[in-house]
Amino acid sequence: MTELLRVNDLVTQFKTESGLVKAVDGLSYYIDEQEIIGLVGESGCGKSVSQLSVMQLINAPGEIVGGEVIFEGTNLLKYEANGPQMRSVRGAKIAMIFQEPMTSLNPVLTIGQQLTEMLVLHMKMNDEAARKRAIELMNLVGISGADRRIDDYPHHFSGGMRQRVMIAMGLSCNPKILIADEPTTALDVTTQAQLLEMMKDMVQRFRASLVIVTHNLGVVARYAQRIYIMYAGRIVESGTTKDIFGKPRHPYTIGLLKCIPRLDEEEGRKLVPIIGLPPNLINMPPTCAFLPRCSYKIEKCFKEPWPDLEPVHDNHFIRCYADTKEKASESTK
Amino acid sequence: MVEKATTIQEFVEAPPRVSEWRRFGRVFFQRKLVVFGLVVLSILIISAIFAPWLAPYDPYRGDLSDSLVQPSGKYLLGTDIQGRDTLSRLIYGSRTALLVGFVTTITATILGIVLGLVAGYFGGITNMVIMRAMDALMGFPMLLLALLIAAVLGSGIQNVIIALSVATLPGYARVMHGLTLSVRENDYVLAERAMGSSNMRTMVGHILPNTLPPMIVLVTLQLGSIILAEAGLSFLGIGIRPPGAAWGSMVNDGYRFLVTNPVLSFAPGLAIMLVVFAFNMVGDGLRDALDPRLRGIL
Repeated sequence: MTELLRVNDLVTQFKTESGLVKAVDGLSYYIDEQEIIGLVGESGCGKSVSQLSVMQLINAPGEIVGGEVIFEGTNLLKYEANGPQMRSVRGAKIAMIFQEPMTSLNPVLTIGQQLTEMLVLHMKMNDEAARKRAIELMNLVGISGADRRIDDYPHHFSGGMRQRVMIAMGLSCNPKILIADEPTTALDVTTQAQLLEMMKDMVQRFRASLVIVTHNLGVVARYAQRIYIMYAGRIVESGTTKDIFGKPRHPYTIGLLKCIPRLDEEEGRKLVPIIGLPPNLINMPPTCAFLPRCSYKIEKCFKEPWPDLEPVHDNHFIRCYADTKEKASESTK
Repeated sequence: MVEKATTIQEFVEAPPRVSEWRRFGRVFFQRKLVVFGLVVLSILIISAIFAPWLAPYDPYRGDLSDSLVQPSGKYLLGTDIQGRDTLSRLIYGSRTALLVGFVTTITATILGIVLGLVAGYFGGITNMVIMRAMDALMGFPMLLLALLIAAVLGSGIQNVIIALSVATLPGYARVMHGLTLSVRENDYVLAERAMGSSNMRTMVGHILPNTLPPMIVLVTLQLGSIILAEAGLSFLGIGIRPPGAAWGSMVNDGYRFLVTNPVLSFAPGLAIMLVVFAFNMVGDGLRDALDPRLRGIL
């Protein structure tokens, strides 16, 4: 498969009164065409900020200070943040849907007005064609009676239906990549499953790639082909879904998997939480950010700066000095 | 189960649609005072449009032999010192009041919306420059600033409009600025930008419509106070030039005869009061009908 998007050493900072917050600190990842990847991490680890940076949607006091976002051979960060070139990428080439379906639609415009706006803008459709396409899209995402409901306002829709509309909107201009920033967090579990399944189908139908940003390992386990685990603004482990769940190597990933129950495990395993809290991203030490919470730490960890991502296996990378291999296998017992 | 997950059941019965307009109308027309306000405003507008047909006499040229006549069958509201019919002047005065009121409000609102929207949306230095300028303007009492501008530019209806527009502009800009700041933070604005919308499109197409209901209410309420301010300026003699009919100058002309011919001052005074009251009532009614937070209470 060919590579579609590559992010290299992305750094996004926020200037606050108490100091410089490095929300994203040297993030690198890539997406192939028609691939589904998962970006997993806990709250505040920079997942959303990294995706907003790719779209250049960071507002002051935030600033993208380094790195590159290569999409179809060009560095998107070279474009002016609100210039016409960047705007023609947003929505048309890379689309994004957000966490809160309840507030992601403009309450004073009808669903139809919002769906057709982008079709007219990016696809240069006329109003009639755009309306027809909008109804088609609404049918595709499973909204019944789309020809009537297109003139409804967002408050006539439930949360799940609004997220369906958001997905329809995201895919309306046939983007190459759909970034779903915690798309199902605000919804109940049944709706979550329906939506994710629908989203997967839609992405396949439109031949787009999908980035699922989430803190829910269950979501990515089912849908993603590759997974990136993020901690304190960096990728700490990356690999195929099978590797991450079957042979996790970074202490953080191991910790994450130890604190959630699995259906396929033996009875009686205790769930072990990761002790401590995520670090404050202001004035981070050069050493590994996970060090204070790590149960595998070795002497080298305190002396050397955070290591680079090193391969442990084909396409499986970790950012760690400690040899977690034996301990990991013994701890899963 | 998962395969079928994407199909959802068709609703057997769609819930009945309650038209937004119908709901608006029900709340709006329910209160008697609002209806009264509407009636007063209708009379005002009709008299302003059809003034030449409604007025029994020429409002500018009087019959000097009929100077200071008490209300009678011939002159329903009597005449002033130059023998001009008060009722006719009152009817023509409604033109001045409405013209100044509407033109001033429209000018100040449009400018205020543009300035407030731009300042609030872009923030930073743009915001700083615009809003501090507005604050400086706001430092002057409205009528004093209008007096100052009218004194510099001279009297006349267009100068009154300019003076009052400048004086009321900061109020609109400030309200718009505040509204923009709060609307801008909504997720749908970010979602809109993520879809490739330009700043202009986001501002005009998505932020502006969300700020309109409070702005409409503000405009209606301000209309009354602008008519009041215009009357004040005319009363002080820097409003409409003498032969022209304005309620404020009519009150001024009449107050020397307050004891002998009270109707000369009372008639335009009452007209001002009624119109301002009517605008306030309609503005209030609009707020009640447009504010979703008051839904169900009223």
